[in-house]
Amino acid sequence: MSTDRYVLSSTPLPSPTLPFDVWKIREDFPLLRVKVHGKPLVYLDNAATSQKPESVIEAIRRYYVSENSNVHRGVHALSEQATQDYEAARHKLRRFLNASSEREIIFVRGTTEGINLIAQTYGRKHIGAGDEIVISAMEHHSNIVPWQMLCEEKGARLRVAPINDAGELLLDEFEKLLGPKTRMVSIAHVSNALGTINPVHQIVRMAHRRNIPVLIDGAQAAPHLKINVRDIDCDFYVISGHKMYGPTGIGAVYGKSELLEEMPPYQGGGDMISSVTFEKTLYNVLPYKFEAGTPDIAGAIGLGAAIDYLNQLGIENAAVHEHDLLTYATAALLQIPGIRLIGTARQKAGVLSFVLEGVHPHDMGTVLDQEGIAIRTGHHCAQPLMDRFGVPATARASLALYNTREEIDLLVAGIHKVREVFR
Amino acid sequence: MPDLGQLYQEVILDHNKKPRNFGKLEQANRQAEGFNPLCGDKITLYLKVEDGVVKDIRFQGSGCAISTASASMMTTSLKGKTVAEAEALFEKFHQMVTGKQPAPGAELGKLAVFSGVSEFPVRVKCATLAWHTFHAALQGKNEPVSTE
Repeated sequence: MSTDRYVLSSTPLPSPTLPFDVWKIREDFPLLRVKVHGKPLVYLDNAATSQKPESVIEAIRRYYVSENSNVHRGVHALSEQATQDYEAARHKLRRFLNASSEREIIFVRGTTEGINLIAQTYGRKHIGAGDEIVISAMEHHSNIVPWQMLCEEKGARLRVAPINDAGELLLDEFEKLLGPKTRMVSIAHVSNALGTINPVHQIVRMAHRRNIPVLIDGAQAAPHLKINVRDIDCDFYVISGHKMYGPTGIGAVYGKSELLEEMPPYQGGGDMISSVTFEKTLYNVLPYKFEAGTPDIAGAIGLGAAIDYLNQLGIENAAVHEHDLLTYATAALLQIPGIRLIGTARQKAGVLSFVLEGVHPHDMGTVLDQEGIAIRTGHHCAQPLMDRFGVPATARASLALYNTREEIDLLVAGIHKVREVFR
Repeated sequence: MPDLGQLYQEVILDHNKKPRNFGKLEQANRQAEGFNPLCGDKITLYLKVEDGVVKDIRFQGSGCAISTASASMMTTSLKGKTVAEAEALFEKFHQMVTGKQPAPGAELGKLAVFSGVSEFPVRVKCATLAWHTFHAALQGKNEPVSTE
C-alpha cells in the first residue's frame, strides 16, 4: 500500500470534482440531524467515536427483532441464522483486512481488549525477565499500560522510540532500540492525538529482520485507510468497530495463524473449549479458542454492516475526501492568530490537534460546545505525548467521511468566538 | 440554554489572567496536590495554618480558566479565615456550583460569580479542584487529590 497519496498537497482539490457526494452521505447518519444547544451539530470528535449509518443501526435492530439467539450452540433455526450472520461478519472483516483466513480473526470488545489479549497470551508466554518491548512516544494509553503491566509482572523493560517535533517517528532511533532482547514491537498505525500515519511497512521489515513480532494498533487507521495485513506483514493488527462507523463493544484482533495456534487462551469459559472434564480441558480451534463466553453477536453483525457501508462508498474515496478536508482545515486553522498545530507530520490522517495562546483547551471546548461544535479537549489518553510537546492538553478536531468544508468554516468561526471571550 | 456570559464573567477572566497568591509559599506548614485527569489541570496548594487560622495561602499549577480563577479567588477568600469557617465556605460553594443551592448566600461574597458553573455540569470539577485540594491539605493527606 502506498501512503504517498495522503501527503498534504499544496493545492487542495475543489470539493465538487470529488466522486463523493458528502451531502447525500450525511443523510445516511441520523445523528447528524440533531441539534445541540439549538444549533445544528458539527461533529468533529470522530477519533473518539464515529456516528453510525442507518444501515448499521438497522442491522442491529433486525438481529434483535428477528433472530436473537445464541451462536454455535443451538440446532434450532434462530441459532443457526444468528451463527451464520455472526460468521458472515467475521468473513467481511477477514476481507476488509485481507487476512488469509477467518481463523485469524478474533472478535473482542475493541482495540484495548485486543492489545491486552496479545499481551496476556503471546506476551506472557514469550516475554520474560530482562526482555524488552518497543513502543513509540505517540502511543495511546491502551498501547502503553498493558505492556507496562506485563513488564511489571515479568521484570521486562519497556523501550520508547522517540518522535520529532512534527510528531513523526524517528525510524533510525526506533531501529537502534531493536536488539537481541527485544521480544515485541507494538506501534500505532495512525496516532489518535496527532494524526501521524506511521510507516508500518518499514517498521515491520526492521523488526522482522531480527525476528521480532509486530503488533499494529489500527484503531485510528481502520476508518480512514485501506488496510492490508498481509501486505504490511504485521503479526497482529487490532481494530475497534465503533471508530469505523460500527457499534461500540466490538472490535477484532488479526493474528497470523501460526502465532495464534501456539498462544495460550485469553479467557476460559464456554465456546473456547472442545471438551471439558474436571481433569482436563481441550481448547477449541481458532478463532474460537480466544472467544470465551457469548460474544457480542449484535455488535459483530453491526460491524459487518459498517464494513458493507464502507465498501459500498469505497474507503479510498472516503480517504480522498478526508484528505481534502484535512488540507482545507489545516490552512484555515493556521490563519487564526495564536494557534499552534500539534502534529504536523508529512503523512497524516484527519486529526487536527491544536492549542490557542492564552486559552486552555477545556475552555475552548466549552465555548465551541455552545456553538453546537463537538471536539475533544484533554490529553487524548496520551499523557506522555502531551509532555513531549510541553502542553497539558490540546483541542482536537477529528474528521470523518461525512464532514464538510462548511463545518470546518463553523469551527474556525467558533475559535474566533473563543478568542473574543478570552480577549 | 446555558449562558456563556454567566460562566465566563469578567471577574473570572481577570483572575484567570492575573491569578492572585500565585507561587510557592516558603513558610507553608501544609501542602497538597490536586489533579483533574479529564482536562489535565494540576494544582499545588500551600497553607500556613496557625492556631486554627489560615494565616497564608498560595497556589501553583496550570489549568483552565475556571480552575485557575477558582483557585485564585479561593485564596483571597480564605486568608484570615478559621479552619472551621473555611470548611463551611467550601460546603456552601460546593452546593452553589453543583446547583443544590443555586442562589448564593451573602457569606459567599465574590465567590458568587461561580454560580454560573452549575449550568455546565462537566465544569463543576474545574471549579472545585482547588477547594478539594485545600481540604486535603488541611487533612494532611499525602496522596494527590484526583477529581476522578
